[in-house]
Amino acid sequence: MMNLNTTLLLLIPFLPLAGFVILGLWGRKIFKANAGWVGTLLMLASFLIAVYTAYEYFTHSSGGHYDKIVPINYTWLKFSSTLSINMGIMLDPISVMMIVVVTLVSLMVHIYSLGYMKGEERFPTYYAFLGLFTFSMLGLVLSSNLFQIYIFWELVGVSSFLLIGYYYDRPSAVAAAKKAFIVTRFADLGFLIGILILSYCAGTLDFTTMINTLTSPESSELKTSLTYSFLGVSALTWGAALVFIGGAGKSAMFPLHIWLPDAMEGPTPVSALIHAATMVVAGVFLVARLFPVFSFTTPGVLQVVGWVGAFSAGFAAIIACTQTDIKRVLAYSTMSQIGYMMFALGVSGMGGEEGAGYTASMFHLFTHAMFKALLFLGAGAVIHYVHSNDMKDMGGLRKYMPLTHLTFLVACLAIAGIPPFAGFFSKEAILHAAYQHNTIIYWIALLTSGLTAFYMFRLYFNIFWNKPHQAHGEKHGEGGFAMMLPLVLLGLGAIGAGFIPFGKFVSADGNPLHMETDIAFSVLPVSLGVAGILLAAWFYLKQNSRPDAVASGLNGFYKAAYHKFYIDEIYQFVTKKIIFNCIGRPAAWFDRNVVDGLINLAGSGTEAVSAGIKKMQSGKVQQYGMYFLVAALALAALFIYILK
Amino acid sequence: MQPGLYHILFISTGLFFIGAYGFFTRKNLITMLMSIELILNSVNLNFIAFNKYLWPNQMDGLFFTLFIIAIAAAEAAVAIAIIINLYRNHQSIDVDDAEELKY
Amino acid sequence: MNLLWLIGVPLVTALAVLLSRNRDQVRWIALTGAAAQLGVAIMLYFLYTKERSAGNTAAILFQQDHEIFSSLHIRFHLGVDGISVAMIMLTAFVGIAGALVSWNIEKMTKEFYFLLVLLSLGAYGFFISLNLFVLFFFLEISVIPKYLLIGIWGSGRKEYSANKLALMLMGGSALILVGILGLYFASGNSFDLVELSNMNLPAATQKLIFPLLFIGFGVFTALFPLHTWVPDGHSSAPTAGSMFLAGISMKLGGYGCLRVATWLLPAGAVAYSNIIIVLSVIAILYGAFATMMQKDLKYINAYSSVSHVGFSLLGIGMLTQTAITGSLMQMVSHGLMTALFFAVIGMIYDRTHTRMVGEMGGLMKMMPFISTVFFIVGLCSLGLPGLSGFVAEMTVFVGSWENDHMIYRIATILAAMSIVVTAVYILRAVGQTAMGPVKNESFLTLTDARWNEKLAAILLLLAILAIGLVPGWLNDLLRPSAEAIMQKVSAFK
Repeated sequence: MMNLNTTLLLLIPFLPLAGFVILGLWGRKIFKANAGWVGTLLMLASFLIAVYTAYEYFTHSSGGHYDKIVPINYTWLKFSSTLSINMGIMLDPISVMMIVVVTLVSLMVHIYSLGYMKGEERFPTYYAFLGLFTFSMLGLVLSSNLFQIYIFWELVGVSSFLLIGYYYDRPSAVAAAKKAFIVTRFADLGFLIGILILSYCAGTLDFTTMINTLTSPESSELKTSLTYSFLGVSALTWGAALVFIGGAGKSAMFPLHIWLPDAMEGPTPVSALIHAATMVVAGVFLVARLFPVFSFTTPGVLQVVGWVGAFSAGFAAIIACTQTDIKRVLAYSTMSQIGYMMFALGVSGMGGEEGAGYTASMFHLFTHAMFKALLFLGAGAVIHYVHSNDMKDMGGLRKYMPLTHLTFLVACLAIAGIPPFAGFFSKEAILHAAYQHNTIIYWIALLTSGLTAFYMFRLYFNIFWNKPHQAHGEKHGEGGFAMMLPLVLLGLGAIGAGFIPFGKFVSADGNPLHMETDIAFSVLPVSLGVAGILLAAWFYLKQNSRPDAVASGLNGFYKAAYHKFYIDEIYQFVTKKIIFNCIGRPAAWFDRNVVDGLINLAGSGTEAVSAGIKKMQSGKVQQYGMYFLVAALALAALFIYILK
Repeated sequence: MQPGLYHILFISTGLFFIGAYGFFTRKNLITMLMSIELILNSVNLNFIAFNKYLWPNQMDGLFFTLFIIAIAAAEAAVAIAIIINLYRNHQSIDVDDAEELKY
Repeated sequence: MNLLWLIGVPLVTALAVLLSRNRDQVRWIALTGAAAQLGVAIMLYFLYTKERSAGNTAAILFQQDHEIFSSLHIRFHLGVDGISVAMIMLTAFVGIAGALVSWNIEKMTKEFYFLLVLLSLGAYGFFISLNLFVLFFFLEISVIPKYLLIGIWGSGRKEYSANKLALMLMGGSALILVGILGLYFASGNSFDLVELSNMNLPAATQKLIFPLLFIGFGVFTALFPLHTWVPDGHSSAPTAGSMFLAGISMKLGGYGCLRVATWLLPAGAVAYSNIIIVLSVIAILYGAFATMMQKDLKYINAYSSVSHVGFSLLGIGMLTQTAITGSLMQMVSHGLMTALFFAVIGMIYDRTHTRMVGEMGGLMKMMPFISTVFFIVGLCSLGLPGLSGFVAEMTVFVGSWENDHMIYRIATILAAMSIVVTAVYILRAVGQTAMGPVKNESFLTLTDARWNEKLAAILLLLAILAIGLVPGWLNDLLRPSAEAIMQKVSAFK
């Protein structure tokens, strides 16, 4: 059996947490410039343990089948005999894969930041935040309980807030951090209500029990839950849909994607960690985690997942073609790729060949983490050198940064789906799954993959070719060793990750799935990808007027895409005009004037009455005598005639 | 005709209201004091009359009357002392000038 | 444990403060007293849990009963259950933090500390008394110092606020007094909580008296629409005054709603639960939206208090064991959190001499400690896991969801919506004060927290973290006592 020590497992998330605590409390005073090394070494240890765990887990299958195991389960908050929030660790193929991905990318970012963030004033704080983020992300993927995932979900949100707002004195960074937090918080509201519904239906928050209860047709909980409905839709469907909203918020699915491009205000390594490889795939992970429930109990919601994913993929790809900020291009490309993962889940079934979409989605998540982190880190190196995010300030950089150029090219080829790079295999698997289940989604995905190749190479040519570069002095453009090492390692990942027989390890039902690349099927996507690249080369390899001509030819559409289809403006309108002016302001006014007015009215009313009454106290003896006489007579009359 | 209880009560009531009228209308404190004397005397008259006609064998009414006369004398002394003090403060004995105790 | 310690220590402290000769003596005596009080409170917790784990299942522990006025059945009857223990610990934490942040009060230091100690004395007495008359007595003891604290040491429209607060609270007290007398006569002359709770008064009587008591205590805990003393009172009060007001005084009301109104009059609680739910949902949302528009830090926290306290009233209205536990947790959590919030606002105000968010910016640069604490307490307010607010709110939500009716579900969802609004105003406040560029050049010379301020903040933060990270102990403390209340209620459900 497996040789997994629980203490060792706990160390995976807790080493980064230790980094957060140590650096947060003493980083500024004691460690200072060495803080980076503390964080990196802790992260390295965590990564090694994660790899060891993965090795142990994947080499000990029970006859090819991978079980879910829960080695640690601690009751954190007990609500009733069955319902409690537990803090636990659950190991199954996807969580084991995720801890490797998270620790790997986090480690790369830790190393890279040693060079990139060198000399920053709040260097120790930066590493502390990285530690907190990594801890939360690891806690999220290892969760054994639906509420635990929500807890870490929120922690991930706040650590992303901290990292996006790392340059806290820039108003744009603060605004972006707030936006990211609030938009995802809004989605989390859906998630929370979804949790309440699902936990009520299943009578538990524990994943294993919940999935068992909600997927076995005989269970009494399922039968009773199906009788509840709201607005003609069953409660379970609502629950699953709301949970998906939570996932869509974190994974930047349309229409909750607006925070992701702005989040690029954070330091670039942070974008690589959070907004490329880890946090944004949390939504995909969540759907995958609850996949049996989605697939078995609420197939309608799974359809929605598919369509939202496909739409987001295409939508983001179109916008990405028009952006000029290189990080924003990458952000939209991330959104598009996550759309792929989402619809792959959406078109998937539960077992055997049906579950190809699930495996493909996870596979793409895995490979995407490699090449997207690489792209961001490469972009970071470029930004580090030219001190600008805009394509206009770049061009011809291949001579100055050969290594960055090479690795960036690898990543672009990978994301464009050119064999034999990693992206080819995973994207192929997704397209294959889509082709078998939903032709419309397949076509959207196919066109998107062509667009992907186009905009990625538009980016690539604009940075490294196009116009010649006005050198920033004779100095070589590459960062130090700390920045080059992750590029190389991730580059190797982007080349080699596709050759992993992924289906053997990860599948919807735990049984191995045989995946093979069908050459005939691949011809179309690959040739579309090549066409995209050639088109990009025609436009952008050398400086020319063709891009402008096409842009003005597409006038309205180009403008709309350039302005991200005005989604931000719509949100602005809703929040500023409707929520602030139509709800917040009246509420504040109502409170100060009506509610408080009534209270003050009670006070001033009392005062007015007393002002009237006090006039009786005139100080005139005769008046008092008159009151006395009248009152005496009245009392006499009362006693004589009425009360007899 | 022998005067009966009612006659005397009639007179005392008249006396009472004359006193009350004087008390409420006169602004001069001395006159008001005099009016109070009238009221007191109307009460005295009542006591005597009730004693005489209803309980002729007892003396309670007479004692009360004597009591009231004594108190009225004391009261007049105190009241005049107050009035003199008021006059010292206000240079007037008009009751409307002494309204410091209003609200 | 002899509960008289809880009253004795503040009493001795108050006397010693009065007898002390200079400012230094006053401060140190008050601090020592508060520390001793904290020690007693923590000891009480350990003795209480020890007693419980030894198998003592009596509803109320450490009872003692002294005759005061036998002909009117007024007796000095003391005792605690889990709820009181939690509240006493809250009071002790807020008390010591309040004593610490007031370290630099210049004006009439002796009187200031005397009133602070008196206020906490009232709170301790309130939480441990089991006789309605004595309970009312202590409630009143804690009202008067507030009036003076705001009226003398306050800022802004302090006379207006002091009057408003005192009059509204007195109005609440009047209702409570009528309710208590009603109970006294309806029950055949008893003021004793334990006796009354076992008495099963006729349902009609309960329904008659319940609103009096609930509204009366509701005024103390900012029941909508009787909450308007909260923003004015808090904004005018001195720092420690706001801390005590929000951290302790509002909890007197919540505790009273539960211990007196709900426990003694379960039929009334069931009959009026819908109204309570509606009012608290309004308070939660409306408070949150009103907060969004505030520009003064103290107003922000005061309105957010209205919203947060709404959760504890919602928990009471929902009448399930988990919801009531959540409601109590929210009281404790909100007490700690809001006290810390006011402490931090006070620290910022002492330095910048403004409380307007628009005039600050970039404080993180000059005062990293204060800003970090400000940020953490903001996160607690918006319900971040790992901090106390999350645990409390989630318990309320889960408890509310147990009620199997669409109305309750919708109320819960509406209440849950406030977590988004909370995030908006908290991030706005934090973003504009701690983050962003430094707007005012003169702020660049400001200094970070002093030792006393750091100590106060750390103590409260530790308490918040202790609940947020390991909520089990608080849950175990409160749940059995909430169950005892629920047993009474469920008979009428």
